[in-house]
Amino acid sequence: MAKSLGPVKRKFSPWTDPASVPFIRFENITKKFGNFTAVDNLTLDIYEREFFALLGPSGCGKTTLMRMLAGFEEPTEGRILLQGKDLAGVPPYRRPTNMMFQSYALFPHMTVEKNIAFGLEQDKLPKGEIEARVQEMLKLVKLEQFAKRKPSQLSGGQRQRVALARSLAKRPKVLLLDEPLGALDKKLREETQFELTDLQHTLGLTFLIVTHDQEEAMTVSDRIAVMDKGVIMQVATPAEIYEAPNSRYVADFIGDINIIEGNVVSNQGAATGGVMLDCDGLKIVVDQECPASTGDRVAFAIRPEKVRLNIDPPTETAVNAGAGEVYDIGYLGDFSLFLVKLDDGRIVRAAQANIQRLVDRPLTFGDRVWVNWSRDAGLVLTR
Amino acid sequence: MAIDTLSPQPPSKPEPVIADPSRRNPARWLVVATPYLWLLLFFAAPFIIIFKISLSDTAIAMPPYTPVFEGFGKFGEFFSQLDFENYEFLASDSLYIKSYLNSLRIAAISTFLLLLVGYPMALAMARAKTSLRPILVMMVILPFWTSFLIRVYAWIGILKPEGLLTLLFQTVGLLGEGEQVQIFRTDYAVFIGIVYSYLPFMVLPLYAALEKMDHTLLEAASDLGCPPWKAFWRITFPLSLPGVIAGSLICFIPITGEFVIPDLLGGADTLMIGKTLWTEFFSSRDWPLASSIAVILLGVLVIPIVYFQNQQQKAG
Repeated sequence: MAKSLGPVKRKFSPWTDPASVPFIRFENITKKFGNFTAVDNLTLDIYEREFFALLGPSGCGKTTLMRMLAGFEEPTEGRILLQGKDLAGVPPYRRPTNMMFQSYALFPHMTVEKNIAFGLEQDKLPKGEIEARVQEMLKLVKLEQFAKRKPSQLSGGQRQRVALARSLAKRPKVLLLDEPLGALDKKLREETQFELTDLQHTLGLTFLIVTHDQEEAMTVSDRIAVMDKGVIMQVATPAEIYEAPNSRYVADFIGDINIIEGNVVSNQGAATGGVMLDCDGLKIVVDQECPASTGDRVAFAIRPEKVRLNIDPPTETAVNAGAGEVYDIGYLGDFSLFLVKLDDGRIVRAAQANIQRLVDRPLTFGDRVWVNWSRDAGLVLTR
Repeated sequence: MAIDTLSPQPPSKPEPVIADPSRRNPARWLVVATPYLWLLLFFAAPFIIIFKISLSDTAIAMPPYTPVFEGFGKFGEFFSQLDFENYEFLASDSLYIKSYLNSLRIAAISTFLLLLVGYPMALAMARAKTSLRPILVMMVILPFWTSFLIRVYAWIGILKPEGLLTLLFQTVGLLGEGEQVQIFRTDYAVFIGIVYSYLPFMVLPLYAALEKMDHTLLEAASDLGCPPWKAFWRITFPLSLPGVIAGSLICFIPITGEFVIPDLLGGADTLMIGKTLWTEFFSSRDWPLASSIAVILLGVLVIPIVYFQNQQQKAG
């Protein structure tokens, strides 16, 4: 199927420009439900036209944060600014935000058409304009022939599209997406993710998405805020979050990672010798600027795909290398994940891309192997 | 069938013949037939008897009508004695038409009042905390634990001129010494009694419809710019319509034929078809006429209900 792509995307990073003014500002927001603190003194800036993701496990406060922006909850402390205006006391029905609900929340007694028109009717737009906008939205989500159907007569994917069309119909300043793709199957989800980014780009709107699916967050968003227990752990681009997580929590939450605890032996800066660690006998050197000082307990983190796996010993065996045997293999099609049990009992995960078309791979359970990695492959985490 | 060369298939076996279990199992039929048998025995058969009596003539005998079915030998003679005389009489005397119309009027007003009182109650129950809801439902059902008759008698004690209501109003100063509440034995008392007695029948179907409504629909409406009072009429009320219709039918039908409440609380001029029927049956001992009143009453109620059901099925 030929697919029309939106305009060519350009690099977008207003957050690096100190002159740019944030579009949405969460200022020292705290939200308490009884004794439970859902959001704890959180400050966050989101820029115009940004696709921003709130990522975290369930109960981390990401949905509460979004609901406060929509107006369904009032912050216990702090303020939310939209284009510099405080939203305190503004009811949801007067806020220029629209939300796509996790359950879609389509009105079951109205047709697709009526659902999409609902928000426009509240604005008392002229009939012709409403009709034109509904048609435009139906076209946008490719549901023209389903206009007269009721939500119960649609598939899950179609309902999701109606929900999206309904929330976009009023051209909100900010579109809020609450786990929008959770109910779709994997294939449809991936397709929709790309459609969402295209749509956001074409319409030039600010999107805020809440999700617990790290893959979804990485695919769609310009920046991600990783949350845990009501606080933000890191705000950065998907690549930064993945390649340079600032803490064990973020490193562990996003993707697969080996975390090896150790003590700092010496720290000489990235250019002059790097950080040397002693991880209970395993010597690790990382070329990295790091605030840790000698003797500190830190963590070395390395992604499985950055661990090399060989039958022959590498040229350098004293540092960043270890010998062991293949303990388990996870065959995932595009790559295989090897669990290597080092001679000191430590398990290291190494991923290998399956670049040859083979049914029987040369490495199998119990084989003696070497793992090693380059000095810039891993990361020392102090938090 | 085209041969699929890509996936080798085992040679096709003859499909085992599995008989439809519903045809083999007589217990299945019994389950379906029992309610129909029940209706045939206790609704259709008595109705046919009543209908037959309505075509007979009154007589001073036991039973007080003729002809009496005396076997198939005299079937022709029996059949020739049946006529629509009673129905003609009903149509000619305005008392009966007035009774029917007044019953329908009282039932319609009462049903409207019940909706007015019951809807806010049901809504409050549906919006209450989940842990509180079973208790609230229990409280709605609680009056059923005492006899209906006793509860209506209790209203006499409240509404009569020297009753509790008068006493209350005199105590708070709304009425002076010697003044009395004059609603006992009027239509107002009938309305109060009916609304009180039928309230659970209205509240429960409404509650059932409102309770299963998804609250995020109201959040979605609000998010799209719809203030709460407007969202009630655009979202909550239309979605509760099945409950509104069910509650209204469950109340309207028995109220139309209500006898006890107008008899105990209503005045002499409170004309309701239930009362008229009772009078014809027990005071005048005119069984054929009473039967024809009952048959017409059934028609008056069944036709709109069937229409309603049809409409609902079309909408659903």
